Amino acid sequence: MKLILDAEQKELAESVREFLAGTAPMARVREIAESGEPYDGRVWERMAGELGLAGLAVPEEYGGSGAGHAEVAVVLEQLGAALTPSPYFASAVLAANVLLLSGDEEAAKTYLPGIAAGTLVATFAVPAGPGPVARGEVLDGSVPHVLNGADAGLILVAADGAGGRGLYAVEPGAPGLTRTPLTTLDLTRPEARLEFAGTPARRIGPADAGEAIARTLDLAAVALAAEQLGGLRRCLDTIVEYAKLRVQFGRFVGSFQGVKHKLADMHCTLEQAESVVRYAAWAADESPGELPVAAALAQSYLGRAYFQVAKDHLLLHGGIGFTWEHDAHLYYKRAKGSQLLLGSPRSHRADLAERLGLLA
Amino acid sequence: MTDLDEYGRRARAWLDAHARDLPREADLQTARAFMAELYDAGYSGITWPAEYGGQGLSAAEERVFQEAARDATMPVGPFGIGLGMCGPTLLSIGTEEQKRRYVRPLLRGEEIWCQLFSEPGAGSDVASLQTRAVRDGDAWVVNGQKVWTSVGRQADFGLLIARTDPDVPKHRGITMFIVDMHDPGVTVRPLRDMTGQSHFNEIFFDDVRIAPDQVVGEVNGGWAAAVTTLLHERVSIGMGATRTERPTSFAAMSEAARSRGLLEDAAVRDQLVDLYVRERALDLFNARLSQEVRAGIQPGARGSVAKLLLAELLMNGADVASEILGPDAVAYEDGEGVVARALSFAPGMALGGGTNEIMRNIIGDRVLGLPREPQVDRTVPFRDLKVGTQVKEAGA
Ligand SMILES: Cc1cc2nc3c(=O)[nH]c(=O)nc-3n(C[C@H](O)[C@H](O)[C@H](O)COP(=O)(O)OP(=O)(O)OC[C@H]3O[C@@H](n4cnc5c(N)ncnc54)[C@H](O)[C@@H]3O)c2cc1C
Repeated sequence: MKLILDAEQKELAESVREFLAGTAPMARVREIAESGEPYDGRVWERMAGELGLAGLAVPEEYGGSGAGHAEVAVVLEQLGAALTPSPYFASAVLAANVLLLSGDEEAAKTYLPGIAAGTLVATFAVPAGPGPVARGEVLDGSVPHVLNGADAGLILVAADGAGGRGLYAVEPGAPGLTRTPLTTLDLTRPEARLEFAGTPARRIGPADAGEAIARTLDLAAVALAAEQLGGLRRCLDTIVEYAKLRVQFGRFVGSFQGVKHKLADMHCTLEQAESVVRYAAWAADESPGELPVAAALAQSYLGRAYFQVAKDHLLLHGGIGFTWEHDAHLYYKRAKGSQLLLGSPRSHRADLAERLGLLA
Repeated sequence: MTDLDEYGRRARAWLDAHARDLPREADLQTARAFMAELYDAGYSGITWPAEYGGQGLSAAEERVFQEAARDATMPVGPFGIGLGMCGPTLLSIGTEEQKRRYVRPLLRGEEIWCQLFSEPGAGSDVASLQTRAVRDGDAWVVNGQKVWTSVGRQADFGLLIARTDPDVPKHRGITMFIVDMHDPGVTVRPLRDMTGQSHFNEIFFDDVRIAPDQVVGEVNGGWAAAVTTLLHERVSIGMGATRTERPTSFAAMSEAARSRGLLEDAAVRDQLVDLYVRERALDLFNARLSQEVRAGIQPGARGSVAKLLLAELLMNGADVASEILGPDAVAYEDGEGVVARALSFAPGMALGGGTNEIMRNIIGDRVLGLPREPQVDRTVPFRDLKVGTQVKEAGA
């Protein structure tokens, strides 16, 4: 088990951090969020192209650099800290993983090089409940929440066919496809509702791709946890700095125990959160057998932890934390959005109960 | 196979052969015999310098051994304070003679150590202690009282802090001594704790004479010495977390819930999952700290994080356990009261070695670097300070 970053991973984190600080500072993040654009196209181009981040975990034969999930986690930590709006999670994590895991060589060859290069933004529409229905290669039904669903250039859909839950690729211009952008609490992460009405789709992988889909979701849970860790850490750093500057009653507010103790608890949360994320990322690469439990553990812990810290971070800023101009609400909203992105905390804990054998 | 893997394999084999059926709460003679065997096998003082009886190996071997020993029951309780706190303090700031005289017998379990810090009026604020040591010719003469001293009854030696100058502010007039617990002026009285047992004691000092070469560190430099001990303490309690047997662990509690048919209940499952998440998160944090130590990063005040989280985990475990066992948790036939015992034990972890509030202060001040609270007592001579429990003055 490896729970600390090696020198190369630290370097990767540092270069992504510097890049984001330079090209996507908070002012720019706000501009994008308020513009209604899903993300900053120029930042994405450089992230994917210059830095090669979109293809980090894509094998070399498909145009990627063949690194591991632990490296993807390192990148997401930085993206989460900077709140960078980007299709990284939808495209480089969800879509790339499900394509790879589907075992469909041809589909991988067709789509992955574009995804790795960032020129093709893909997403994966996973219904939480009953999904669209596939009759042959035609889809009917809807998926209520799809990350980057309105702007993606390729939509992968999990749909129920005769042979089980399969994976299908839908082109953005396909007939019978309606994409309705949703208004999201978290302005930095766009979602859309997708409806399929006799929409032609191409099946990818076996008729029953249940296993590939489940594994993709586990990997996504780990990746999301890393992103949550980055946000959590940034919130804590920021509020600790503020508590050292803000004076009330003739003292720095950080010297009051009501504040100090809350910050100490937040630090304890961070220490455990980082440990859980490193473990889950390690399991994703090195110990597939442990992944299901590790992934559910990661979401069970991080979902609550990040929201709690983001909430206290906002409250400890006092009134200024409630103003639109302050960044606190952006983290608060991202934390809540992330907590529900892959299902409610309750559902992750139910999964964990099952995976720990408590139901058997 | 690396040398470390090989080291771990040998350690596990040794533990399998020697630490199998020993009760953790063995009698003192059994415990001492085990400690001697452990030492002779080379697993006591793994990182301690060889010239004083240690093995002179690295933190890596130490960690490997601890991991191997996670599930072994070892009756090392009586030696914990010596190994975790007193020994490391002597190694850091003891004199050459002190190290040569005391370290090896400590490692072999021949001599048991206790930590004589707390007093009735000085717990969290240990620097306000009132036990006095006065220089008299060729010796220091000690008078006063200590309290809540773990293993005081079994101990052969203690690390004592006493006031040697009441005219300077409280932190500057303290000295640390090695005291012989068999000295006729030392009286040890067992104190019953809330578990009904007597783990700690009160200790009285009446004209106990201590030779000057038993001063640890500098005369009047005892606060720095005590801080050294306390740092070791938190790391050793925190890092020992995963080794502690937990009758209220997730594993034990899910078994209990299963055998009572309670796993059908979604609320019970949810509590169990919550317990699992806390337990695993703390285990993983301890494992990460270990890996950092191996990589040369010292945990420092982050030991307080592990100690605080462990205290909270034990309380939470006891809560979950009582939900699962219901009335059986609090009224039971002899020998079945694991949960009642856990309920009784849990507060001890949140007090001993510093309370949860003090841990949070330490994390805030030393890990996060937050501004300290105003300290009203830093510059006042000790003799002018109020200490301990004061009766409120009329009109005050
Ligand atoms: C199981 C056990 C084993 C022990 N073993 C030993 C031992 O071997 N050797 C030894 O020397 N001592 C030992 N102790 C003593 C222990 O270190 C003290 O009990 C502890 O430090 C608390 O001190 P106190 O009891 O005087 O409480 P107090 O300091 O009087 O605290 C009372 C309350 O006030 C709070 N408080 C105090 N100061 C602050 C502050 N600055 N900010 C916020 N809150 C504060 C505390 O958290 C607590 O809730 C042991 C205690 C226990 C329970």
